[in-house]
Amino acid sequence: MNGIHDMGGMHGMGPIEPEKDEPVFHEPWEGRVFALNLAARSGRGNIDHGRHEIELLPPAEYLRMSYYEKWLARLENVLIKLGVISREELATGKPAAGSVKAIPALSAAVVAGTLGRGRPARRDVPAAARFQVNEQVRARNLHPEGHTRLPRYARGKKGTIARDHGVFVFPHNQCAIGGRKPAARLFGPFYRA
Amino acid sequence: MAGAHQGHDHAHQAVPSDPALRVKALESLLVEKGIVDPAALDALVDTYENKIGPRNGARVVARAWVDPEYKQRLLTDATAAAAELGYGGSQGEHLVALENGPKVHNLVVCTLCSCYPWSVLGLPPVWYKSAPYRSRAVIDPRGVLREFGLELDQDVEVRVWDSTAELRYLVLPERPAGTGQMSEEELAALVTRDSMVGTARITLPGDAR
Repeated sequence: MNGIHDMGGMHGMGPIEPEKDEPVFHEPWEGRVFALNLAARSGRGNIDHGRHEIELLPPAEYLRMSYYEKWLARLENVLIKLGVISREELATGKPAAGSVKAIPALSAAVVAGTLGRGRPARRDVPAAARFQVNEQVRARNLHPEGHTRLPRYARGKKGTIARDHGVFVFPHNQCAIGGRKPAARLFGPFYRA
Repeated sequence: MAGAHQGHDHAHQAVPSDPALRVKALESLLVEKGIVDPAALDALVDTYENKIGPRNGARVVARAWVDPEYKQRLLTDATAAAAELGYGGSQGEHLVALENGPKVHNLVVCTLCSCYPWSVLGLPPVWYKSAPYRSRAVIDPRGVLREFGLELDQDVEVRVWDSTAELRYLVLPERPAGTGQMSEEELAALVTRDSMVGTARITLPGDAR
């Protein structure tokens, strides 16, 4: 989608402000919402869908919110869309009457192993290489309403294929929760604007 | 920590406003529903506060500086090379190393979100996730580097790598001159997080450059 998140090349965002000796989390709640995102979304949805939920935040809110506020809003929205929690439960902070208690997908015992494995996106399926390294290409000029990893600044631009990375999950428009994701060959072009 | 948190000049407004309270309420709901295990949350926070951070990447860089064969493996398949030192997994599943040299400077950004090689650098700093860095890295990389105090000669080619959905980039910075006698461990201590993102070069303490 042509959203505010796609900010490569924009002007007027101000100076970069590196912080000396920055802590990993500035407040305890930032660490909690980070961990909640990983734990509650473990085995649910997919990473591209999660990114798209942040893209769907209203643009003014997107710019207003801090990074982990976006993670909080995303988590609330994803859990409601997945049916893990209801709006009423979120509003009251209490499980709905009669709801059955689940078993956490991510227990403390498996955190290290789960992080260590990660979620590889390479796929062992055949996909012919349409391009060769050093070949001149032009990025498509697309404006999908769903998710895409092709930023606006690169659309329609000429470039040279720098690398052929093999076959990966193709995130373009793959934001259906739990939907099967197709794979495509991933190339690393250089764009020269 | 003055001025540390971006969101706090506006945090006091209509309910539900305070993220700390909202997070607490959500956590308690999810624990009560059996969706999350609070001990797993503790373990996740501890992992990224204390175990996985830029020291991982620094060890990869130092090894590449002292071992030419390792460096070759790193540049060929950074995922496998990082795994040799025990680093991999979440947000480092597919790692690519980019070698900086006298005439080439690589800079890493994620213009669309905040993709970052967690397995070797830990979680990204606020500036990396901020609108100013994400917007400008691809249109004014030299200006961005200048803001970090790095002035590159015009004959140095700047290559900006905008992270894809799954590839994570690690910059292999240039080994500073005058470090020939240093051990791998001493070299690792010189390597900064920013040098592995590409917003800095590595200078020796006392080097005025």
